[in-house]
Amino acid sequence: MNTENVSNAKTQKLTSHKNGDGIVGIKSAKWLSLPYAVWMIGFIIIPLIVIVYYGLTTVDNRFTLDNISAISSPINLKALLMALEQSLISTIICLLLAYPLAMILSKSRMRSSSFIVMIIILPMWMNFLLRTIAWQNLLERSGIINTVLKFFGLPPMNIINTPKAIILGMVYNFLPFMVLPIYNVLIKIDKDIIDAARDLGANSVQTFLKIILPLSLPGVISGITMVFVPALTTFVISNILGGSKIVLIGNVIEQQFRMGNWHVGSGLSLVLMIFILISMAILSKYDKEGEGSGLW
Amino acid sequence: MTDNKLINLVNITKSYGDNVVLDDLNLYIRENEFVTLLGPSGCGKTTTLRIIGGFETPDKGQVIFEGKDITKTAPNERQVNTVFQKYALFNHLTVAENIAFGLKIKKKSKEYIKDKIKYALKLVNLDGFENRMPDSLSGGQQQRIAIARAIVNEPKVLLLDEPLGALDLKLRQDMQYELIRLKNELGITFVYVTHDQEEALTMSDTIVVMNQGYIQQIGTPEDIYNEPKNAFVADFIGDSNIISSIMVEDKLVNILGANFPCVDTGFGHNKPVDVVIRPEDVNLVKPEEGIIKGVVTSLLFKGVHYEMEVNANGYDWLVHSTSLFPVGTEVGIQVDPFNIQIMNKPESEDEEAVELEI
Amino acid sequence: MVKKFFERFYVALILIFLYAPIAILIILSFNGSKSRAKWGGFTLKWYRELFKNESIMNALYTTLIIAVLSALIATIIGTAAAIAINSMKKTPRTIMIAITNIPMLNADIVTGISLMLLFVALRYTLGFSSVLISHITFNIPYVILSVLPKLKQLNPHTYEAALDLGASPAYAFFKVILPDIFPGVLTGFFLSFTMSLDDFVITHFTKGPEIHTLSTKIYTEVRKGIKPEIYALSTLMFITVLLLLIIINRKNAEKKAPVSRV
Repeated sequence: MNTENVSNAKTQKLTSHKNGDGIVGIKSAKWLSLPYAVWMIGFIIIPLIVIVYYGLTTVDNRFTLDNISAISSPINLKALLMALEQSLISTIICLLLAYPLAMILSKSRMRSSSFIVMIIILPMWMNFLLRTIAWQNLLERSGIINTVLKFFGLPPMNIINTPKAIILGMVYNFLPFMVLPIYNVLIKIDKDIIDAARDLGANSVQTFLKIILPLSLPGVISGITMVFVPALTTFVISNILGGSKIVLIGNVIEQQFRMGNWHVGSGLSLVLMIFILISMAILSKYDKEGEGSGLW
Repeated sequence: MTDNKLINLVNITKSYGDNVVLDDLNLYIRENEFVTLLGPSGCGKTTTLRIIGGFETPDKGQVIFEGKDITKTAPNERQVNTVFQKYALFNHLTVAENIAFGLKIKKKSKEYIKDKIKYALKLVNLDGFENRMPDSLSGGQQQRIAIARAIVNEPKVLLLDEPLGALDLKLRQDMQYELIRLKNELGITFVYVTHDQEEALTMSDTIVVMNQGYIQQIGTPEDIYNEPKNAFVADFIGDSNIISSIMVEDKLVNILGANFPCVDTGFGHNKPVDVVIRPEDVNLVKPEEGIIKGVVTSLLFKGVHYEMEVNANGYDWLVHSTSLFPVGTEVGIQVDPFNIQIMNKPESEDEEAVELEI
Repeated sequence: MVKKFFERFYVALILIFLYAPIAILIILSFNGSKSRAKWGGFTLKWYRELFKNESIMNALYTTLIIAVLSALIATIIGTAAAIAINSMKKTPRTIMIAITNIPMLNADIVTGISLMLLFVALRYTLGFSSVLISHITFNIPYVILSVLPKLKQLNPHTYEAALDLGASPAYAFFKVILPDIFPGVLTGFFLSFTMSLDDFVITHFTKGPEIHTLSTKIYTEVRKGIKPEIYALSTLMFITVLLLLIIINRKNAEKKAPVSRV
């Protein structure tokens, strides 16, 4: 008998039983959300309305769609497509790297899960700009990776200031956001479920395809969103690792704001938000709990 | 029941770190038998079941199934199926898909699977539940689906790990009858794990009482109840009076200073023994008619009987009786000779492993 | 065995990938040469210079103050909100959680721009307080999402039990509820602190010209070359956190009794 499983079952039962009950007895509990509600309206909802307003008006406050259609200019469109392509590729690479890692980590149950979460998020304590800058050192023509490659007699790799370097930077920066949600879903899968599949005749490949993979889907979806959105909208990684030649949609928007074209910048941001909303809609479709498979 | 040994566990030892869960366990299970592994938590019963199921590999010893060594065979290649403690249903699949899981892997035809699902759901009294999701069902229903999912694979042995543990009393009792019916209809071997002695007594052909990794006693429910081999078994199976006594000679035992006639022989002269007397076997009579005298110190109404405590010769006797003796009544205690069960004292503090044939 | 080896090898490769840049930065902090492309011998010079560099120390101070304050305020507002959300009926609960997810799922650049536009529209001067407000805004969701699972695990009747035993509502909350959910509250606080410390994009848009956090200071130096003192500072910060986490982990490991599995 696995004591851990037993206690899991207890908590599970408790959750399903009390979903929405809250702490019985705190009558005024709802009022505790008042400060947060005010804060949300003031600093989440209203700012979004403001950005919509700016996006749909001209400098002299007249309604226009020009800021939105600015996306169709060749430069902007190219930046958007480039960003979509790069973020899709890095999301896929992150998924391919993260899933096996999460599987291995979730199997090594002797280590406490907080320890594993720790080693994955620890790099975040080094400033993310600095970590990205450090990749310049690693990737440069006479950088560390090429020195190592040369030592082994291998051809040098010249990817700094190319789209490949940006993809690498994205994968590097966002990999933890793919690993953690998948890991969190995987460790929650009851070991009995896997035993049951084996018991019913499934070999390990069948158990993975029919049980583990479908059950981990909410984590995968969550991870995809958490990688795809920041990758799609970044301007820092492309700035540092792409040189000045490669422009992503994030860079375009940042430039517009730097040059004071707030209305165009807002319009382009709205276009960006459409893509984010699409991915959010996909997420909410798979994440029934609405809160179960978040990052932490 | 035939005499064929279907499963034979030989010298099984299993430990987790320093914790020895099973120590040189030997046990065989016959074809078409309902065997219950009974014991407190931590006695090794679930580990034994998991070793049969293939989820654990013993450190030492062999698992023989139909004469073949399957100690290292993977669970998916064994002809046994398990009903897990918390059902372990696949919540992302419908009831029908859950039941079909094993059959699809065996690449059975669509019609065969469909028929089997229908048959299994009928068997567990859940016709028409094919398209429900498991988490929309009650605990009892989930339990039935778990059983249906296991039996469609036509296993030779069904392993059940405290399957009724999470159900409430009424449902548990209903499911006990249900399981006995299922076993008779299917004609297969059931290995059942529980810590509930009543469940074990109700359903089993054979009960294996376990404690601290050792088998304490193997026998029919009647044997186990009426003739416990040691104080642990006596105490674990039902309420009982276990009194340290002295065997004076054959057929005479000195309990708390008074000589009681009994039917046991062969314990020697003036040997210390443990005596077990079930509470319903203690007869309360008029003070002068009893072998010893005592006073009723507590009284509880239990529905079918009264439960009383009688202090006599320095021991609080637990007594079940249909007649009522108010607190303070002086009573005599008398026990029919064949209701006195004599047991040897354990030789050490640890309960000894008892090697027994069924 | 072979499988085990491949698994270890794979984890090791990923860890090298994650930690290689950090190793580079630590090495650079001891580099005698000012250029990051050249090794100029081992030195501790930058660590000494660091404490004399007023603009870096100012940025550090601003960063830390904002991180602590925003994490603290977010923890208070977020914990209260989590308790409230936990006691809500399904529909308001879903709405609250959906709104909570907005800043987590929305792009930093959009959050940053929208807050900046709000401040500008209100003619609120961009500076320390606008950055603080922005950081609180994106930190609250992390607190809520850390505390909610702990609340779900809580026995719903412990609070009533405390009241039944004569505790005042406040006493019951601080003595019964809070200790149970405290690990979640603490996680929320540290996550917020980390997020605030690591944030660049939102700070970039909401900070105005007057102040600098470490992130924005580094960003201005990307083109002209990072000052080696910055490497020294991040090394110090990283090592501090590493040591702290090791100590916490040790303590937790001691507390946990050996796991019995029977």
